[in-house]
Amino acid sequence: MAELSLSGAEPHRWLRRQSRWTGWEAAFWIAAFVPFLLFPTYLTLASQIAIAALFALSVDLILGYAGIVTLGHAMFFGLGAYCAGLITKAGWGEPISGLLVAGAFAAFAGFVVSFIIVRVQHLALIMITLGLGLLTYELANAMNWLTGGTDGLQGVDVWPLFETFDFDLWGYTAYGYALALLFIGVIVARRIVHSSFGLSLRGVRENLNRMPAIGSPYRRRLQTIYTISAGIAGIAGALLTQTTETVSLETLSFQRSADVVVMLILGGTGRLYGGIVGAVIFMVARDQLAGINPQYWYFWIGLLLMLVVLVMPKGVLGGLARLVAKVRT
Amino acid sequence: MKKADAVLRTENLTKRFGSLEVARDVSIALPRGARHALIGPNGAGKTSLVNLITGQLHPDSGRVLLAGADITTMPRAERVKAGLARTFQINALFPDLTPLEAVVLAVCERQGTAGQFWRSLSSHGKSIDEAFGILRQLRLDDVATRTTRTLAYGQQRLLEIGLALATQPKVLLLDEPAAGVPKGESTELFSVIAALPDDISVLFIEHDMNLVFKFASRIIVLVSGGVLLEAEPDVIRADQRVRDVYLGRAKHG
Repeated sequence: MAELSLSGAEPHRWLRRQSRWTGWEAAFWIAAFVPFLLFPTYLTLASQIAIAALFALSVDLILGYAGIVTLGHAMFFGLGAYCAGLITKAGWGEPISGLLVAGAFAAFAGFVVSFIIVRVQHLALIMITLGLGLLTYELANAMNWLTGGTDGLQGVDVWPLFETFDFDLWGYTAYGYALALLFIGVIVARRIVHSSFGLSLRGVRENLNRMPAIGSPYRRRLQTIYTISAGIAGIAGALLTQTTETVSLETLSFQRSADVVVMLILGGTGRLYGGIVGAVIFMVARDQLAGINPQYWYFWIGLLLMLVVLVMPKGVLGGLARLVAKVRT
Repeated sequence: MKKADAVLRTENLTKRFGSLEVARDVSIALPRGARHALIGPNGAGKTSLVNLITGQLHPDSGRVLLAGADITTMPRAERVKAGLARTFQINALFPDLTPLEAVVLAVCERQGTAGQFWRSLSSHGKSIDEAFGILRQLRLDDVATRTTRTLAYGQQRLLEIGLALATQPKVLLLDEPAAGVPKGESTELFSVIAALPDDISVLFIEHDMNLVFKFASRIIVLVSGGVLLEAEPDVIRADQRVRDVYLGRAKHG
């Protein structure tokens, strides 16, 4: 690295450069407005994608950055979804405050669970997250009187956003709302991963054993990020409730936990936008494939997943980044 | 040496795994500014002793004292905070981080600022300066922003030391710092260790006797878990038992 002279200003500049907004990011957010103009009939799908992307972002924070593998994160998505629904049933339909309460509730659940999570690794960790997810699902199923069981939570009534924008049938409000929250989510996540805290998470992922040797109370770090991640997942769940005005048991399902990991791996872990790109690919593919054949569309998802993992082990974004780097040199 | 002078002491440390005794009644003392070597044949329990001192292993009996305070049951990370750092025989680095990031992380951990998720990393100006200073001291400034996994092996060994230095240790335990480094480079690496400030007391494990005799002010010989002898290099060099046991001159060896 010839450009790195012995000047002491260089390391500062280099670190600042790591957290700078890129042109790709700007392009992505501009492109996010395209559905409003070109595909107004797909706005409902677009809002579903934005919600899935926010959920994937929450998983990326723990899986991609801190290396906590989870197969039960729908637990927090579902808790947020039910919480948001129940608030409106209790007579409070204001969406923003509902969202915050649901997020706080999911974050609290995440904090409680985090005490177990940081004590296990590898296979045990996957099993614990899976177990907790299944537990929550069946609990919601059994608590019929509260959740509506398999029928789902009916009668969710959300007031217009800012007392102005009704959640219309076409999904203009839904997509605008979901997109705005995804954007806020990315800003928050960016802040986190580009902090010293984010660096310590990457340290845990890269070499857990070294962390105590540099004096790091790394378990506390993992608890913090797990709590934050659960909160974001809860907000994503609440968004789904508010934009669809219903909550089903599916929000807590293993399928949802698995799908979000698939999205993340498709897009690329540990890059913030990986989950978002993955969500776009996954949801659009599902929409199109289900249109062709509603029964067997997971066949194609399976094929796609294998193909991506084999050809681009770091996901679509990782593959693109490598391609760009190759072209430039 | 008076007891009070020792920065690090072990008192009758004992540890067994079944019938294997990895530490037998080990009592050593490291005075301020020490450059002590820990030698012994393979399986003598050198790394185990380091693990016992740093808390990766827990002794069956005995005590570890750092600056007079009993740290025998203290968690690993807290011992580091108290001034006890180590390096690893096999690189234990952060492969996908750059040396700059890794050392900044270690500095922030020491200062207790590594949990601040609301502050951007580049706002930790002083920590970055300090980290870069350490890298420069180790002549790693040229590769500071390259991914660790792409560094030459010798540079990775230096980064091992850099991460330990970032914790500002009173006591530094180096587990074969030059392991796997070519002969010419290992002398260079040891001159970095020799140049460390006097307020860091160093205990290093090393197999190359030339390096040991050149850089150690005192040598501890460990054989099957117990201290055979602790003395000045000249005494060690002349001792027949050390020759027999360590240099493999024993008839059955």
